[in-house]
Amino acid sequence: MNLNDLVKEFGLDVKTGSGHLDREVTGGYVSDLLSDVLAHGEEGNVWVTLHIHQNIVAVASHKDLAGVILVQGRQPEKDTIAQAEKENIPIMVTDLPAFEVVGRLYKAGIRGA
Amino acid sequence: MSPREVVNAALLKGLELIGVCDHNSAENVLAVKKAGARNGLMVLGGMEVTSAEEAHLLAFFDDDDDLLHFQEFIYGHLEGRNDEHNFGLQVIADDEDGVTGFCDRLLIGATSLPAEKIVEAVRAAKGESLVIAAHVDREAFSIIGQLGFIPPGLALDGIEVSQHTTCADARERFPDCKKYPVITDSDAHCPEDIGNRFIWLTIEDGTVAEIKKALTGSDGRKADC
Repeated sequence: MNLNDLVKEFGLDVKTGSGHLDREVTGGYVSDLLSDVLAHGEEGNVWVTLHIHQNIVAVASHKDLAGVILVQGRQPEKDTIAQAEKENIPIMVTDLPAFEVVGRLYKAGIRGA
Repeated sequence: MSPREVVNAALLKGLELIGVCDHNSAENVLAVKKAGARNGLMVLGGMEVTSAEEAHLLAFFDDDDDLLHFQEFIYGHLEGRNDEHNFGLQVIADDEDGVTGFCDRLLIGATSLPAEKIVEAVRAAKGESLVIAAHVDREAFSIIGQLGFIPPGLALDGIEVSQHTTCADARERFPDCKKYPVITDSDAHCPEDIGNRFIWLTIEDGTVAEIKKALTGSDGRKADC
């Protein structure tokens, strides 16, 4: 399953990195502690979080994550969008809360790292 | 920002006293203090520590040895190596802006220390020390943003609000702000932002000891925020 499939399936609003949605998703990780994602996120994972500041791009790029899903309709900050475009990191927004989106990702076949 | 840039920008803005805090490190503090002393700017040496909850705490020390000792303690609880592409170069400079080295620790990371342990460690310093919860009005990396409240019993000397909120608004929005002295500052990450926000202190000299008195309003010292 790649990011494009997830975008279509869940109606995600793609904010950045629209040219990089063909990447295969290796698994999922959900956390709102950046240090936790730095320690436990894995390459190719999709990361579910409520953070909208630009540090999420640095973390996603460092861990070579497939993309980031922001929950509850939270919009990435301007700096976050600029940095994500520069680093080719897809950021997608859903109106769902984290529990719901993770449940649906799991049902769609995405597993934890 | 280099030591001379910081000092020059502060003097241009008419500041008399600044605090210098890098994330989880104090490698550049002594250089800024030296550059400040040479140019008549008072500099408080400190560090902005990231707790395990990913809340930022500002720690200041009058005694440089206390600061360096604290840095060792923090380094002992901070894992990982820097990734210069994603997190930037971590330059160590001298007071003339000469590059003396690079810090390869993952300074953007969080320590394994809960806020309470960091406060304890700051308070264990031999000389005077000051610990302040950073930018509590911000959503990211603030103790109120991360926990929703300030844990009762956390022995802070004060709390900081960012330049996006006035002290009065902060007291209104966050009931915990009424329990501690409130300060505000620029939290500058680039020279242009230095001095964008400042406070007036009535103090005898630029030491932590005096600022602590100002925050509590003792011995005629005061902080106007």
